[in-house]
Amino acid sequence: MDMHPFFRLYYDGFRQMPRWGRIVWTVIVIKLIIMFGVLKVFFFNDTLNTRYDTDAQRTEAVIQDIVDTPTEEDALIKK
Amino acid sequence: MMQSDITALVDWSRVQFALTAMYHWLFVPLTLGLSFLIAFMETLYVRTGDAKWKHITKFWMRLFGINFAIGVATGLILEFEFGTNWSNYSWFVGDIFGAPLAIEGIMAFFMESTFIAVMFFGWNKVSKRFHLMSTWLTAIGSNLSAVWILVANAWMQDPQGMQFNPDTARHEMVNFWDVFLSHTAVDKFNHTVMSSYMLASVFVIGVSAWYLLHNRERILAKRSILMASIFGLIAALATIYTGDRTARNVARNQPMKFAAMEAHFKGYNAVPLKALGIVGDADKALRDYTGQDDGMVFALEIPEALSWLTNGDGKSFVPGITDLLYGNHTHGILSTQEKIRRGHEAQEALLAYKEAKLAGMPEAEQLRRPFEDQKWMKETFRYFGYGSYYKAGADDKAENVLAVVPPISMTFYSFHIMVFLGFWFTLLFILMIVLVMRGKVHKNRLLLHAAVWSIPLVWICSECGWIVNEVGRQPWIIQDLMNTTQAVTKIDSMSVVMTTVLFGVVFTGLLIAEVGIMLKQIKKGEDAQLEVSPKDGGE
Repeated sequence: MDMHPFFRLYYDGFRQMPRWGRIVWTVIVIKLIIMFGVLKVFFFNDTLNTRYDTDAQRTEAVIQDIVDTPTEEDALIKK
Repeated sequence: MMQSDITALVDWSRVQFALTAMYHWLFVPLTLGLSFLIAFMETLYVRTGDAKWKHITKFWMRLFGINFAIGVATGLILEFEFGTNWSNYSWFVGDIFGAPLAIEGIMAFFMESTFIAVMFFGWNKVSKRFHLMSTWLTAIGSNLSAVWILVANAWMQDPQGMQFNPDTARHEMVNFWDVFLSHTAVDKFNHTVMSSYMLASVFVIGVSAWYLLHNRERILAKRSILMASIFGLIAALATIYTGDRTARNVARNQPMKFAAMEAHFKGYNAVPLKALGIVGDADKALRDYTGQDDGMVFALEIPEALSWLTNGDGKSFVPGITDLLYGNHTHGILSTQEKIRRGHEAQEALLAYKEAKLAGMPEAEQLRRPFEDQKWMKETFRYFGYGSYYKAGADDKAENVLAVVPPISMTFYSFHIMVFLGFWFTLLFILMIVLVMRGKVHKNRLLLHAAVWSIPLVWICSECGWIVNEVGRQPWIIQDLMNTTQAVTKIDSMSVVMTTVLFGVVFTGLLIAEVGIMLKQIKKGEDAQLEVSPKDGGE
């Protein structure tokens, strides 16, 4: 196959990879599938972007969370 | 959300971040250090033409490749967590945190992946010099990409170079160099990479020692031990120097963390350094306003050393935890209660401005003025995070002040384990250099066994350093400005529990598989048998 030397480097490299390299790459692919295909999709969404549409709404939501409004029940130490 | 729910949410979010960060840190230091060791080995091959160096280089490159591949993308999960579990924090820090992380990812991807491909695939395909250059650029690239995340972390410990925008409730970078070149950032980067070089050196020495114990790969082992010991010793001396500088930064910017590192409860002059110790009832010591209770069951102390190390004067005052909690007028230390009061004022100011602006009230402009007043920002807003602990009418000794004390025992023991092991590794490097130069390293089986056992110990040492860094600064996610309760996204804690368990199970399984691959390759050894030359002490 006639290809640019840069791509030939990668092509030959992957084709001639030793067994340990193939196993490691298999593990990488499994890991990336789990991370991006499962964890990111089902568990790790960007909360502020998914819950609110505008920056103004996000600002208000964050301020509500970070400004503490003490009540009579706030007797316990919060950590 | 009920208080108990928030506590569970914060705790699980912290546990998840801690586990994922520690998992990520299993691989990074070996990449940082081993990349340079390989570059040195290949340089010797190119300069001398000695084929044995090529074989040695390719062996360690194989292990580097496994570690690098295993560690790939483990840091990305941390970025997932920033967006999901710590969204308030992500918003609050604006572009200060996001930009360095983005640069890290881009730099890591393009520089490392490009030159790593030449490093692994380019033997006999490119010239020796080009291949060597690629190896060096891989090492430099991986270390440079670490700069950015460490700069970001340093900013969290010692926030500088920013201003707060009350309209967006975000911090905006106003001086890049203040962020990039703060003392904390520079010393943190240097200390972290130097300690990573120590880790890589111990790894190489330990694996090589295992070969010598089994009378295998003697040329590889002896040459690798000598090179790693020299590299490791230089790194160890640099680690000690930068560790001292880092501790001084902590004493200045995070005095509570510093006091916890030393389990230093009550401040006084001519403070000794606790070389070893057992922490007693810390809770009782924190409530002892007389200062009689030093909080320790036992301590082996070096007289005046802490005062000397901190201030360069063995007779100087070092504040203790109770000084920081209850204040010390003599030494100009604000009480935590005063910081809480100021933080509350800052939070009320932000809330008042937001409400006035939303309602379109004319006084909104006036309510914005404090956020443009540098004096108010420096003296009041800087304690914004303390406002979360406000309790109306509380005095200086109220229980709420104890919320800002980090876990003392964990910080103390982690710090001392890190330092003790660090000095052991320094001694190991020296002993190995001496024995290799005398041609006797293969005969000292006790030291070889100690070197093998140092492999897990150096990882423990490395992780302890991060525990000190991160646990010691609790409850602050941004020192004084934001605590973990403010920072966490108010989501159902069960989802955090689920992702933590899922992560734990899946990635532990992958880690076991991956370590197995590494061990198999170590047992396999070099590809070719090498003759033992008299120069290497062969028989």
